[in-house]
Amino acid sequence: MTTKIKITINEKQIEVAEGSSIVDAAVCAGVIIPTLCFHKDLCVAGNCRVCVVEIAGQKRLSAACATPCEEGMEILTNSLKVRNARKQIIELLLSEHNADCTLCYKNGNCELQKLASDYKIMTQDFIQLAPLRKYQIDHYSPSMIKDDSKCIRCQRCVRTCAEIQGVSALTAAYKGDRMKIATFFEKPMNDVVCTNCGQCINHCPTGALVERNYIEEVWDALANKDKFVIVQTAPAVRVGLGEELGFEPGTRVTGKMVAALKRLGFDAVMDTDFSADLTIMEEGSELLMRLKKVLVDHDPNVKLPLATSCSPAWIKYIEHMYPDYLDHLSTCKSPQQMFGALVKTYYAKHFNLNPENIVSVSIMPCTAKKFEANRPEMHDSGYRDVDYVLTTRELAIMIKQAGIDFLKLDDRSFDQIMGASTGAGVIFGATGGVMEAALRTAYELVTGREVPFENLNIMPVRGMEGVREASILIENPLPDWSFLEGIELKCAVAHGLVNVKSLMDSIVSGESQYHFIEIMACPGGCLGGGGQPIPTNPEIRRKRALAIYAEDQGMPLRKSHQNPEILKIYSEFLTEPLGEVSHHLLHTHYTPRERF
Amino acid sequence: MTPGYDLKRVDFIFQDESDWKEILQKSLGRPSAELINELISSELKGRGGAGFPTGFKWKLAADELNPIKYIICNADEGEPGTFKDREILTKVPMKVLTAMAICGYVVGSHEAYIYLRGEYFFLQPALNKAIQEFQATCQELNFDFRINLFMGAGAYICGEETALFESMEGKRGEPRNKPPYPTSFGYLGKPTVINNVETLAHTYTIFKYGAKRFYDLGVQYSRGSKLFSVSGDTPKPGIYELELGMSLLDFVHDFGDGDTKAVQVGGASGFLVPQKRFAETTIGFQGKLTGISLPTGGSMMLFNSSRSMYNVLDNYLEFFREESCGQCTPCRVGCQQLLNGIKAVKRGEKNALYLDKLLRLTETMQYTAKCGLGQSVANSFSSIVENFREEMIY
Repeated sequence: MTTKIKITINEKQIEVAEGSSIVDAAVCAGVIIPTLCFHKDLCVAGNCRVCVVEIAGQKRLSAACATPCEEGMEILTNSLKVRNARKQIIELLLSEHNADCTLCYKNGNCELQKLASDYKIMTQDFIQLAPLRKYQIDHYSPSMIKDDSKCIRCQRCVRTCAEIQGVSALTAAYKGDRMKIATFFEKPMNDVVCTNCGQCINHCPTGALVERNYIEEVWDALANKDKFVIVQTAPAVRVGLGEELGFEPGTRVTGKMVAALKRLGFDAVMDTDFSADLTIMEEGSELLMRLKKVLVDHDPNVKLPLATSCSPAWIKYIEHMYPDYLDHLSTCKSPQQMFGALVKTYYAKHFNLNPENIVSVSIMPCTAKKFEANRPEMHDSGYRDVDYVLTTRELAIMIKQAGIDFLKLDDRSFDQIMGASTGAGVIFGATGGVMEAALRTAYELVTGREVPFENLNIMPVRGMEGVREASILIENPLPDWSFLEGIELKCAVAHGLVNVKSLMDSIVSGESQYHFIEIMACPGGCLGGGGQPIPTNPEIRRKRALAIYAEDQGMPLRKSHQNPEILKIYSEFLTEPLGEVSHHLLHTHYTPRERF
Repeated sequence: MTPGYDLKRVDFIFQDESDWKEILQKSLGRPSAELINELISSELKGRGGAGFPTGFKWKLAADELNPIKYIICNADEGEPGTFKDREILTKVPMKVLTAMAICGYVVGSHEAYIYLRGEYFFLQPALNKAIQEFQATCQELNFDFRINLFMGAGAYICGEETALFESMEGKRGEPRNKPPYPTSFGYLGKPTVINNVETLAHTYTIFKYGAKRFYDLGVQYSRGSKLFSVSGDTPKPGIYELELGMSLLDFVHDFGDGDTKAVQVGGASGFLVPQKRFAETTIGFQGKLTGISLPTGGSMMLFNSSRSMYNVLDNYLEFFREESCGQCTPCRVGCQQLLNGIKAVKRGEKNALYLDKLLRLTETMQYTAKCGLGQSVANSFSSIVENFREEMIY
């Protein structure tokens, strides 16, 4: 039991748990205190000072986010003194900020803009500081754009990169008026240890960090009669997109999303869930092959644990941080890139299209996917496999631009081929989902029986804990897999790179012995990705995860190997998992990188 | 104008320190509660400028249950116009080391650091030698106590105690949110006593002569003596130990050049007192005395009539604009606005009323900045602008 203390907020007496901050306590009193540097995902910084409140008996004001309540505290959140100070602080922020709001990508979704509007800052008395600086926009990354002229130094990105991702590609540099958020030696974002995960973008209150958008490029392609524009949608998009278009967090909008994409003019609307199922076939087979090579052949060149390779930010992270461990990565491309390679080969052949005229677009909850599509090795179809990657947010912008009343859309279903999927493909969008999908298939492949979990729900790998472990004992396998008899398959799941670091370190030190690990760079997995709607916070991630699992539960097929189109593609095109065509189109290699 | 009385010069701090072993041994033989009471009854307040009661600080740390505690001597003497700590560490380092060890004994700490200002690198060899000699004595006395020297890197903000901890922990020197306070959550998250060099030197005096000798100096709320770094338009710049509670008029009579227009008390973060207020201003900690009482870390800068107060303020603001850590809005942006603002008024780009807007800004900075730096910019700004408004405009 936590001790309760009595405090007064704006003359209303309330009881709160000892140690709670004034910001949290105010919510109990029905008072909303404006904040800017504060974010539910991050530690308290207390540096913007927008949340200052007056405490009786104290001459100075206190930052409500950083001040714990004490017994008998009398707090005023809206006194004249508070309002004057708060207004002046907002004015100061605006004087430092490039406030060309109408020219800003974040226009309409900017926390500073909202404060300026709430407090009706109608004058510009202070000297505008932004024009006095020679700011240069960093637009070198294929994933993101960093514009320091819009930065308000709240350090949410710095805390995000350090606390959630453990990367610290962005840190505060210099002091005083020159203080800024910078990379190592102020190199461009694409030259440093940045994983392109986009969490900083998702946590930035202003337009200082935004995704590099490809909206106009896609509109151009859609308008071009000579082009056949194909779109794929990642599993996590369907549980996030609704938030941008008037639905509550956790609403599944799969059918409406497909309908909207068709209205936008895409020639074929397909599902990345299909290639997620395909990934399971390839990666599951790779796992079993590696187990055989290690356990039976004792091949020293084959490494365990096998690590998933779906998350491009994780790939870049391991290339930077653990370059000696690239052999542990599955050689499978991510579902996006498998899909891209197949679109301009298998799909083109099937419909007799010239791959040169195909424009392949993907809708992803992710900014690292933009970088991934841009990797030089992702041209196995003979063309660039994926031409444009849009985030969930960019798709929402296009839907709004097209004047589509999303709330009123009727549900539509994905086109064939490469549009069918299973529940296993859907749960790729949540942390633990790839693991669960792989186990559903691999266990059945080996034993001929379904995984021994109620309703196929492998609960130990679900949830939001940073690192989770599970193990499955293999008994009575089919004759081909007799070498696995009695083996306890040990698995681990990690999400958020700071948790991934602790898992990797335990593997490097030899402390942990796993066979298979699933890694997702973003907290909560793709549903908490850097390209998802802003805000994203623990509560919203939980709701999106519930939606993902509900989607899985509602699917008639829930195991990847049951997907009829998967069976079809193997019989017509790929022949077998890990076969020659697969090797050429669906597998890849990795590049060691510097650690700065 | 006849001064009230001659300034009472005191000679404690730089008194011979050869008896340090004796003081150390004697103190280690006394119960720690007795030592704390001695300090509390001396009413010694922190000499870095903030004036927190030292005995009370030691008691708070002593009451903490954590087995690991730290003692830190703040020698990041960065306030413009202050140069007394350097002198203490040069002339009587053993007093400071002894006081740190006694503090360690009192609060139950075995590990101490001197955080030395980056620009004082030349003190390093001598200090290391002193520390070595001191450690040997601790060993002889079977007292488990280690003192380490930690070099700062030249940031003014790192004199702020929590920014100093961050700096020692290898992080960016940015002040933390308070509470928690250092005595419960300081260096590496452990209870920490952090005292200014001079404060520690005074505790030596108190443990040597007893609290009364110290308490008898000074006035109510401002007991004891203090080192003053006197600079500017004075025939005798230097370091002087004076009794607290003196009137500024007496001070100027003694140290001025006969043409003193104003005195900056407490460095760039302190207050400017114009001539007309010399008589009603005393130097000491704020209390319920009549008139104005100004605390100071010891910096006394005298300006004569040849000085432009605009240039003085411009200089201070340029300093703050650069030395703000840049973390919190009021300080980072506020300092820039103040500096650009007075320049714009001077150039006629903003009208004189803009100074009132800037004065309101300093009030906001005082109320809302995260640490003492941003809060105290208002001191010099408002005292200069209010008293020398015409010099700002024309």
